[in-house]
Amino acid sequence: MEADVLLRAKNLRKHFPVTEGLVLMKTVGWVRAVDGVSFEARRGQTLALVGESGCGKTTTAKLALRLETPTSGSVEIEGRDVHALRGKELRDFRAQAQAVFQDPWSSLSPRMRVRDIIAEPLVVNKRVGKREARERVAELLEDVGLRPEQADLFPHEFSGGQRQRIAVASALSVSPQLIVLDEPVSALDVSVQAQILNLLRDLQERRGVSYLMVSHNLATVRYLAHEVAVMYLGEIVERAETDALFRRPLHPYTQALFSAALPARPGARRDDEIILQGEAPSPLNPPSGCRFHPRCPFAMDVCAETAPEWKEASPGRFVACHLH
Amino acid sequence: MSGGNGTAGIGGGMAARVPETAGRAAETDAGGAPVLDVQGLRTHLFTRWGVTRAVDGVSFAIREGETLGLVGESGSGKSMTALSLLRLLPDAARIVGGRIMLDGEDVAAASAARVRELRGRKISMILQDPQTALNPVFTVGNQLRESIAERSRRGGERRSGAAVQERALEVLRMMRVAAPERRLSDYPHQMSGGMKQRVVGGIAIESHPRLLIADEPTTALDVTIQAQYLSLLKEIQRETGVAILFITHDMGVVARMCDRVAVMYAGRIVEQGGIRELFDNPSHPYTQALLGSIPRMEERAERLTAIEGQPPALFALPPGCRFAPRCPRAWEKCEAEYPPEFASADGQTAACWTLEETWKPTSC
Repeated sequence: MEADVLLRAKNLRKHFPVTEGLVLMKTVGWVRAVDGVSFEARRGQTLALVGESGCGKTTTAKLALRLETPTSGSVEIEGRDVHALRGKELRDFRAQAQAVFQDPWSSLSPRMRVRDIIAEPLVVNKRVGKREARERVAELLEDVGLRPEQADLFPHEFSGGQRQRIAVASALSVSPQLIVLDEPVSALDVSVQAQILNLLRDLQERRGVSYLMVSHNLATVRYLAHEVAVMYLGEIVERAETDALFRRPLHPYTQALFSAALPARPGARRDDEIILQGEAPSPLNPPSGCRFHPRCPFAMDVCAETAPEWKEASPGRFVACHLH
Repeated sequence: MSGGNGTAGIGGGMAARVPETAGRAAETDAGGAPVLDVQGLRTHLFTRWGVTRAVDGVSFAIREGETLGLVGESGSGKSMTALSLLRLLPDAARIVGGRIMLDGEDVAAASAARVRELRGRKISMILQDPQTALNPVFTVGNQLRESIAERSRRGGERRSGAAVQERALEVLRMMRVAAPERRLSDYPHQMSGGMKQRVVGGIAIESHPRLLIADEPTTALDVTIQAQYLSLLKEIQRETGVAILFITHDMGVVARMCDRVAVMYAGRIVEQGGIRELFDNPSHPYTQALLGSIPRMEERAERLTAIEGQPPALFALPPGCRFAPRCPRAWEKCEAEYPPEFASADGQTAACWTLEETWKPTSC
């Protein structure tokens, strides 16, 4: 198992200062956006980080891409600390890890031709010449289901789904080992979402690329992910193989999250429906003990006092809850 | 129908009205006149580049206490339909045909003054983004009180400041806002998205409207907050018997919220029916494709059936069925002539030539 781990996060923390005053910015508190997160992403597979807004899933993904510096902890890709890379090694990392973002209207520069958008990572990170880049762009466009002659067009000449294909092509240009997918289909129309989800799955099969996917949509997670980590208030509360997790979620928060997700068909609701009361507390001042205890329907006295340990409930299934 | 129009509701508190309306809701379910009956609605946009047929012959009806889901992708005309009902169309748009019967009164033909009276009283709307629906420089209480006072005034009734304040508190309590006394003095930015949407919902429902239009009200919310909001709307509907037109692109929301659903494609309703029938037996190829393209939480699909291509541009519509260019079952007839509506034995309707043999043509 060890050999096929591509990316490993160890006890990752990112705290953002909250400041007061315009000139003498005095730190009055810390937002604990990511607070001790550990996971592994395997080669050729998809790990999904799920949770609601503010749970720290996007910050975690940014830390993995080295777009944020961790307060403590580390991210390793193939055993090398991502945040310690310098010079050529760093450039190699930039080619190794790419990203596709949620909104293809804002992630593609409106002033660049598709050819230049797709070739940019290639030219910057791999120092590829013009001629070779041109050939690669044509191949990539075909790979993502567009036509090579569309390379001379501008992003505004494409629909949302096509733009997201362009973003995928650009990420693929440097043959990365890891692509971070930040809500890759949530800005698209339903019928187009399926096209992109199928494309992402095909590309993974063909190229063996790993995805680190950030999403709040459980149905797309089920479709793409091999493993899922559920985040709540900056922590991972449960991590398991996708099918096992969807069949029987262990952590009460995961149960509530799944219960709140809408059924695909009328009448497909379970009887044990949980509708959570209240909203997630502020990560500025997270609750004591287990962070979920104020909203948890099964909370006990111990939950308010001590934070539950991270335990392996069954092989490959991890959960942080006093019930397990 | 005395209790039905908005004016009667304004004076009384929520609790006093509940039994009356709830009882009546049950009555009308057995086959009374619909609250809203839209017939052949056509709303076109007149632009420099030509005429865009955003809504092009749309018919549906909603009864008291019923929720109709209007589903479609962006550009299908669902929001334009909603705006037509409220006559809140952009300058370039005009209703060019059809009738919008609200309790027997044609909103499409009503005077501007009359429409202003209807808005917020007989028809209310909840928009997608509570952040833009509320004014950031006034407190929530201020905005609630303003609409309560304005509606009482229009209803020919004067309320004291204290009565308005009391009603505002009542509305927040009804929307399950915790510590409403304190919340009234909050500015919108001090509230979470879910809380703000509750305030917006409260403003919409305060006047006991006959029809509530909800345009993707939970799209901007987190899933657990969405679940809370949807069950709250259901509860309010049970208490007041309000008819809801629920606009969404999310089939999951439809499955949870709606009694019936109408599927829109390129300005027209292609299929309509009860949610059970429609989900179990989708009959229009577009509905079938749409349901097949949605990944499910309950099981891992082997492969999603994507609909290839894009919806047609509304200013250059094909003469025949608008879905024909993307339809796996289209033949010459589909490209030549727009199919009429056919109805199944249990009242499901769909506009598709493939149903000509098995379903009966409807009158319209």
